[in-house]
Amino acid sequence: MSDPKAHERTGRDAPGRPVLEVTGLHRAYGTVRAVDDVSFSLAAGASLGIVGESGSGKTTTARIIVGLERADSGRVRINGRDRTGHRRGRNERLARAKDVQMVFQDPFLSLDPRISVATALREPLALHFPGRDHAARVAELLDQVGLGRRLAESLPRQLSGGQRQRVAIARALAVEPAVLVLDEAVAALDVSVQAQILNLLADIREQTGVGYLFITHDLGVVACVTDEVVVMREGRIVEAGPTTRVLAAPQHPYTRLLLESVPRPGWNPHHIAATRRAL
Amino acid sequence: MNTLEIQGLRLRLPRTARPVLDGVDLTVAARETVALVGESGSGKTLTSRTVLSLLPPGAVTEGTVRVAGDDVLTMTPDQLRRLRSGTAAMVFQDPRASINPLRRVGDFLTEGLRLGAGVAKAEATARAAEMLASVGLTSAALRQYPGQLSGGMLQRVMIAAALMGDPALILADEPTTALDVTTQAEVVALLGDLRERFGTGLLFVTHDLGLAAAISDRVYVMYAGRIAETGPAEALFARPRHPYTAALLASTPRLDAARGRLAAIDGQPPDLHEELTGCPFAPRCRHATDVCRETAPQQLPVPGEPAHLVSCHHSDQLEDRHQFEGSTADE
Amino acid sequence: MTTALIRRPGLSRIRTTRAPLYLTCLGFISLVTLLALLAPWLAPHDPNGVDLGNALAGPSGSHLLGVDASGRDTLSRLITGARTSLLGPLGVVVFSTLAGVAVGAAAGWRGGWLDSVLSRSTELVFAFPGLLLALMIVSIYGEGLVAPVLALAVAYLPYVSRLTRSLVLAERERPYVAAYRVQGHSGVQICLRHVLPNIAPVVLAQSTINFGYALIDLAGLSFLGLGVPALTPDWGRMVFDGESAIQSGYPLSAVLPCAAIVLTVVAFNVVGERWADQVARRDR
Repeated sequence: MSDPKAHERTGRDAPGRPVLEVTGLHRAYGTVRAVDDVSFSLAAGASLGIVGESGSGKTTTARIIVGLERADSGRVRINGRDRTGHRRGRNERLARAKDVQMVFQDPFLSLDPRISVATALREPLALHFPGRDHAARVAELLDQVGLGRRLAESLPRQLSGGQRQRVAIARALAVEPAVLVLDEAVAALDVSVQAQILNLLADIREQTGVGYLFITHDLGVVACVTDEVVVMREGRIVEAGPTTRVLAAPQHPYTRLLLESVPRPGWNPHHIAATRRAL
Repeated sequence: MNTLEIQGLRLRLPRTARPVLDGVDLTVAARETVALVGESGSGKTLTSRTVLSLLPPGAVTEGTVRVAGDDVLTMTPDQLRRLRSGTAAMVFQDPRASINPLRRVGDFLTEGLRLGAGVAKAEATARAAEMLASVGLTSAALRQYPGQLSGGMLQRVMIAAALMGDPALILADEPTTALDVTTQAEVVALLGDLRERFGTGLLFVTHDLGLAAAISDRVYVMYAGRIAETGPAEALFARPRHPYTAALLASTPRLDAARGRLAAIDGQPPDLHEELTGCPFAPRCRHATDVCRETAPQQLPVPGEPAHLVSCHHSDQLEDRHQFEGSTADE
Repeated sequence: MTTALIRRPGLSRIRTTRAPLYLTCLGFISLVTLLALLAPWLAPHDPNGVDLGNALAGPSGSHLLGVDASGRDTLSRLITGARTSLLGPLGVVVFSTLAGVAVGAAAGWRGGWLDSVLSRSTELVFAFPGLLLALMIVSIYGEGLVAPVLALAVAYLPYVSRLTRSLVLAERERPYVAAYRVQGHSGVQICLRHVLPNIAPVVLAQSTINFGYALIDLAGLSFLGLGVPALTPDWGRMVFDGESAIQSGYPLSAVLPCAAIVLTVVAFNVVGERWADQVARRDR
């Protein structure tokens, strides 16, 4: 595993050229600044975590990057191309989809209930790679995410949460994106299944060199799968840096509070509650 | 006398091949926090709901569930109503889903007392204000609507509502799962304070092992409707004797753990539509032998630890393994 | 799905908690449909054959359900009448469903000004009683099945479009739709290939219920003498024709088509409601 040297700004000198660059992103809903001057970059094949609580703007940031929301100002560059604007036309839409894909939080809702596993994988293949042999690729994708071929004809409701999330990951990989945004992708899963999926994601990154943008509230997950981390609060980045450094020696009081809030034996909830009120 | 005493609870649902709860024994004493830990489908939520006799349609039960000495499963509807409005109270996972958004917090809090016990409005409101104060809210909240409160404040309101009937037992079903981590700490701190102050027993149902370790006196770990392991929180997390407990601990991503692969548990929990023989965890267990697949293990105390019970044929094999879990328990 | 079907107050009390009722109703609908399809072969007499000598005769071996005031065989008219009585509502439902889904989906999916324009226009139609609209159109275009069917189809369109719009609005927010967007599918494609098929069962259930209502409304128009031409066998028309016979003390030729109308309407209601329930259960 690569362990980049400590730097104050994320990704600036990280190994490899940046595949994703976000600069000065702003998004307001009425008077609420959901995303306020957010900048970071992700090196090719690296893994960046965005941590924050609800209302921190982490999900809005992710949705802007994949094009589900528009930014008021700021830029999103993927592989050197500007992806900030609204998708116009089929070619631009497809090109953007190949740049960045997303895995959603709830595997029970992110699959069309009527569509079988194999069809769900064939759809993006037919859209992005028309005229190729999709049967072989579908089988390959199923293998890659550790799903048996006999599940290919199953409907989402016949699968467990972990299996569905594997389908969602396979569907995202089918497009062969440069960046995969994982929006709380393991939060809805049981601990034992969550570990399986996290391991799977680590394997996939090793095999394909895809970059991960990990949106999560769980610092344990951040510690486990990311190289760098960005801590967000109320729309702003409060701290950023290599994961090991941020978790071992947090600079910002909010990061410290988040770290203390993780329950463990000998945990003092009163102290955390007091710190939170003071912050 | 224990506040809650569940003995040999077995619960069957229609169209299933095995009991959803299979011989659950569990106790909660006054002033004690007991965590019930398990993954989805383990039966932890069903166990807590059975305590209030909130059973799914067609459920058939065996065994006894005593709250403050009275068996819940044989109660008349009238007794049940009294149990639910007084002796035992429940705090649910999602506060926003379990409160009527169109009614003021004050109405919500006083409803039970006024309609159930026939308490006068002024008196009920006074008690509601007192309970709100004890969960750290002012009586201004009485006139507010649920939509005006944050998730953490709303969960405090739910806890205040649970306290209104002066319960002997609070059942908290994942009360912090829908909350942010920093808010979680507040709610947990509050539950701990109230337990001290009012002397209630607290059954804390959660999927989060870390949280269970942090807050509880004793822990029950459930798997496939059975208690896999139970014991004092410290001992159970420092020296787990059931392979499932050990594997769960190992598969939880932790801050202090080295980066890299987690020790995931392969496979999935058993399906309700398949009959179980032997130990339910055997198909996923690294220590499983023929005896595990054939006979279900008895719940037996760990040698030298009378309060630490484990249902495993090979619990002695785990004795010196999994030392890496010990690091979390070192204060 | 929280969207409720629109039902008229009187019929909403018929609940379909028991399966036998549903099966009976489904059987009844199949029977009526079969009768309508095979009418020329099943009707024992010419439905318009006049046998004045036998007028108002009671049930007998040759006329199983008797003869009406004009000397026509009631059974044959009932069987043949099933054709127009079902064909009319079918036209109403097909047209209102197709147009309603198109309008509702466009409004719900596209949103913005298009939603405002379409929603306000359909509300305008809603404000106008369907039967009155039909009366107006029939009085302009004269007798015939097409005019009332078109009029009722327009009147029923808002029921379908409002339901479709609310379903599409709910479905649009589901993460799987966002997932398809991220995959690069176009909005129209997602709407047609994923959203509409997912809401189709609920819309079909509403249309099934609408079928019953359309049948009542068309029968009502026929009863007023405004629907089908005078000689065409039709249940509503039969009730109108039988009115004088009731006054003469021979109710059979009017009561039987009444019963046929009521039973068919109830059957469609029960079946539609049951389908809606099944969809709701599947979603849970």
